[in-house]
This record gives sequence, C-alpha cells and structure tokens, in this order.
Amino acid sequence: MSGWTTLILGLAAVSSSALAQESPYIVTYDHHLEEPGSLEVEYFSTFGTQRGGNDFHAYWFEFEYGVKAWWTTEVYVDGQTTFGDSTLLTGFRWENRLRPLKNEHFINPVIYIEYENISEADKIIKEVEGHDVEADHGDRNAELRKNHDHELEFKLLLSRDFKGWNFAVNPLATKNLSPNNPWEFGYAVGVSRPLVLKTSAKRCSLCAENFIAGLELYGGLGDSESFGLHETSHYLAPAVAWNLPSGWTMRISPGFGLNSNSHRLLLRWGLSKEFSGFGETLHKLFHNSL
Amino acid sequence: MTRDRISFRITAPVALLCSSLLAVPPWGRAEEQKRRNDEPMDVVLARVPEKARGKANPYQNDAEAVLGGKKLFEQHCAECHGATGGGGNRGPSLLPDEKIHATPGETFWILTNGVVRRGMPSWSKLPEQQRWQIVAFLSSLK
Repeated sequence: MSGWTTLILGLAAVSSSALAQESPYIVTYDHHLEEPGSLEVEYFSTFGTQRGGNDFHAYWFEFEYGVKAWWTTEVYVDGQTTFGDSTLLTGFRWENRLRPLKNEHFINPVIYIEYENISEADKIIKEVEGHDVEADHGDRNAELRKNHDHELEFKLLLSRDFKGWNFAVNPLATKNLSPNNPWEFGYAVGVSRPLVLKTSAKRCSLCAENFIAGLELYGGLGDSESFGLHETSHYLAPAVAWNLPSGWTMRISPGFGLNSNSHRLLLRWGLSKEFSGFGETLHKLFHNSL
Repeated sequence: MTRDRISFRITAPVALLCSSLLAVPPWGRAEEQKRRNDEPMDVVLARVPEKARGKANPYQNDAEAVLGGKKLFEQHCAECHGATGGGGNRGPSLLPDEKIHATPGETFWILTNGVVRRGMPSWSKLPEQQRWQIVAFLSSLK
C-alpha cells in the first residue's frame, strides 16, 4: 500500500495543480469527464445515523484519471468505522465513464460501467439500489464482513447544461455476479448552478464565483423480481462545492432520508485536488527508463 | 482478514489504474500528440455549424471581462496551450494566424464542444458567460 500510494502521490506532486470546476454532486454524475492526462485525488466521508445499531463513519479514496477526452477511469478504496464496533477496509471499485458522442447535444449521454468488490460491511452508500434499506447496516461488522459481493453496475448518465444550470439524471442497474441474484435498479437526479456565472478579474478564494450549489435526489427502484418503490430507501441532499484557486475543492452535503427505510441523516463531506499533466509525468518516467 | 487479502485488495485497484494509464503506450504519445497539433486549424474550424459561426461575443469590448477571461485562461487552458496561448506540449497555438482567423463564434463553439477525439475536452462545464470571457481574452491577443 505505502509503495503504490507513495508512487502515485509522488507523481502527482511533480505534476501541476489545476483549478478544478467541480460540481457539488457526490452521488449524481454529470456528463463532464476528467481532462485527459489529469489525475484527481479525492477523499470523501459519510457520517450516517443508524436506528437499531451504531452510527458510522464511512470513507473512501478516489483516484480519477482522464485517459482520453472521452474516457475517464477511476478507482475507489472504501472503508468504515462503526462506533462502538470496529474499523475495516470494505473493498474497492473500478469505474469507467465513456462519452460516445463527439459534440455537445440537447442531452449528453455518458456510459458508466463499474466493477465492485466489496463486503456487505461497506457503508459509503455511493449509490442506492434495489431494496437497500437502513436495516442492512444494522448488524455488527464481524457479521457483515463475512459476505462479499462482486457486482457489475451500469449507469446511463444523462446531463444538460442550460443557462448556467446543470441537470443530470442517472438511471442505474446492478447485477451481483453470484448466482441467483436479480438485477437491481436505482436512480439519482441532480441540479446545480454556480452562485455567479461571470468571473471577476481578481483572484479570490471566497468569491461567489467559486461556489456551486446543488440538490440531489437518489434512491432504489427494487429489482427485476419486484420492481417499484416497495421496501426501498430515498434521500434528498443539498450540496455545495467550493473550488479554491489553489486547485483544491471542498464539498459538503447533508442527505436526509425520505422514508422509514432510509437513514435519517447521511452527512457527507469531501476534499479533492486535481493534478494536470500527471499522464505526461508518468510518460516521462517510462520514456526515460526505456 | 489475512494480510495477503488486505494486500490484494489494495494493490489490485492501483494495478488496474496503472493499466488504464498505459492504455496508450507512453512511448507512442509524443508522436500522436505532434500529429494532433499539426492538424490544420481550418480542418477543425470547418466542422463548426454555420449558425454558431456568426455568434457575436457579448463581452467583445468589455475590458473587465477580458481580464476575467485571462484569469480563466491561466486556470484552465494555459496548461496545454502555453502561458501566452502560443502552444504547448499538448495543445496547439491559439494566437491568430495570418491565414486562419477564427471568429468569436467559432472559438466559442470549439470551447463548448471540444475536439474530443483529438484530446481537447469540452469546456461546457464552465458557464456560457465564462466561455465568452475566454473568447474575449483570446481575441485581445491580436
């Protein structure tokens, strides 16, 4: 772990940092991909309340890389601490986003494919699918970690920018690769807008132009055997992103459960930094060593 | 959980990420990039729809907007196109050419749509006002 992490962070350190223009979304995706050659390193936390169990703090690291202008790949490493219980790593995810169309259109589709290798102790709740409910997270970690899931997740990211606003809709379908598991479905919807659309000439951290506010709605839609809203959970989450001139982005988003199957509160926050020229740095490393 | 399993869980995603980084052989990238940069600008401009070509820049004579555009250029564009817009390792020069002259509408369209297959991302995530500010700054480089 330390060797790989040191290598990635070391290469990132010699790359240039770039001002990000990140959306405030934590669950929803818009159609904007990572710039080619840029690496974005992100950390996110979710504090969740738990009825019938202990509250938890789940967290994940993301390494997001722009392979091409039309292809972004991303790796997640997840973990969680359940208060009064234990701390553990819960798995990893490998995500790819592919933009099939060359130009901007009325609605811009992006194809999302993810492989997940996570235990049932995973509580980052990066998406809600099928009949995911709060009670799933109520058992002790020693029990939850015994079950391991290998899943493929597909999303269609539909997004549009209009007069400074972004509108995004993400239907999703997930298949647990273990036998006899049905397809599970879910959704995420988001809307966001910078507080100010025209930028000023001065460099500043606290200007309104550096803040983007948004609102997310996400939840499960059952599975292929029982499609619908029965026994599903749903959340409404206002969100704010603060894009600093130094290249750092901070996000915060309190998510509120909308029914009795949902956690009452999912308080999320995150910190990210974009390194442009990471691919070039890696290229030089390989080129010089050949 | 055994130490080996923990090790696998952590090294596997990093290995996957590295394999993606190498999806295009790094030793071939310099040549590919040179070819991209050498593509004549008129070929790129020919793709701009007629309707977009004639759009006027609302900030054309707005000195404050040009300064804002300069700031945006330094933040988002200079990494590839060079600090003065004269071209860099990853992007061509944006300075006006004697033979090729992009209208504000054409520049705005390229900024909005990118030239995705050739490495230029779409910048539609910037509000329309900010994209026009960048166009105003580029026009001021004459």
